[in-house]
Amino acid sequence: MSAITYILMFALIACAISVSFSRNLLNSILIYMGFSLIMSVIWIILESPDLAITEAAVGAGITSLLFFITLKNIRAMKGDEENE
Amino acid sequence: MSKLRFSKRDTKDFSLKEWMDGTDDPMVTGDIGMKPQRIRKDDFQTVMKHMRDYEEVERHLYDSDKNMGVRIFNKLYKISSIIFTMLLIGVLLYVVSYLPPVGNASNPDNNVVAQRYIENGLEETGAVNIVSGMILTYRAFDTFGETNVLFIATCCVMIMLMLEEKALKEQEETEQNHRFEPQNDQILRFAARVLCPVILVFGIYIILNGHISPGGGFSGGAILGAGMCLYANAMGFSRIGKWFNENVYKIAKISALCMYGLIGSYFYITGANGIENHIPLGIPGHILSSGIILPINIAVGIEVACTMYAFYALFRRGGL
Repeated sequence: MSAITYILMFALIACAISVSFSRNLLNSILIYMGFSLIMSVIWIILESPDLAITEAAVGAGITSLLFFITLKNIRAMKGDEENE
Repeated sequence: MSKLRFSKRDTKDFSLKEWMDGTDDPMVTGDIGMKPQRIRKDDFQTVMKHMRDYEEVERHLYDSDKNMGVRIFNKLYKISSIIFTMLLIGVLLYVVSYLPPVGNASNPDNNVVAQRYIENGLEETGAVNIVSGMILTYRAFDTFGETNVLFIATCCVMIMLMLEEKALKEQEETEQNHRFEPQNDQILRFAARVLCPVILVFGIYIILNGHISPGGGFSGGAILGAGMCLYANAMGFSRIGKWFNENVYKIAKISALCMYGLIGSYFYITGANGIENHIPLGIPGHILSSGIILPINIAVGIEVACTMYAFYALFRRGGL
């Protein structure tokens, strides 16, 4: 375990804690995206590139995209409230 | 005389076709098309009255100065939640301390199965990427189940979210759903024009190279789907509809599933009965090698890409 692994692990824990403390749903999704990206780098360090590819595409890409659309559909994004 | 006027509409064949198209159901009389949810309309006075009533009730109910029970409950709630979380953390850490050390030779995961996969995997499946070889030959039946799950999941989302074609057109004309989005964003368009081909080619490369390099059907399909989402976002649904619409989606998805089913069942039947199967394994490391893995990877890739894009399109506007 090199220094960068420890830094990434620490960032992972920081992301996981800050998701539950963030009040804005949009911020939570962005933090969750960051969590997935850090996780995919950790998968590469753990020598499983298959999982890294899948995590980057599904976790950081498509899941967050679906969350964004859901937020927009239930009108929970901040821009929507101001305009209406 | 009326009996002589025999029309196409009365034949069994036609009613079967109607049932397949979804325009007519023998169990239901009348039109069975999906209708968009009706927006409930109350006049302003009633809404305000309800809101005031609600606030009044809430104020009386949760007034901690007057209500003794609420105060005790609030304190108890906080204390018990802290105690419960601490207990949970403690139990989990206690269990973790009992786990065997990583990489120990006597761990339960170091059994005959893993040994067989590692030692004979290349020889029996012909795949250099041992993970692909494992999940698509030794465990092809599991992966078939997973592919079916994806298929059923999109069917369920379609049943819940798909709009009629008429409603979809109406929505597009009013642009009600896209009020707060940038239209024809130049930066996004340019980025998509540069990135989309790269992403799509990378996805295809990962699918086709699944048995040689890391990756495989699922990862490659997810990348393809993500690239298609980006394209649809930047160029609009009318542009992507030219090469990926509902018909293409149906054909691609169902034929991919059927292809997997056919190749897989040949493989299961020959494998289960000890019959020699005639799919050549080829030379490990070449593109055209490792038997059934390459076609199954392609089928899974198409299935996953369609699923990802369909989820996006259905969530976004209720139609492909």
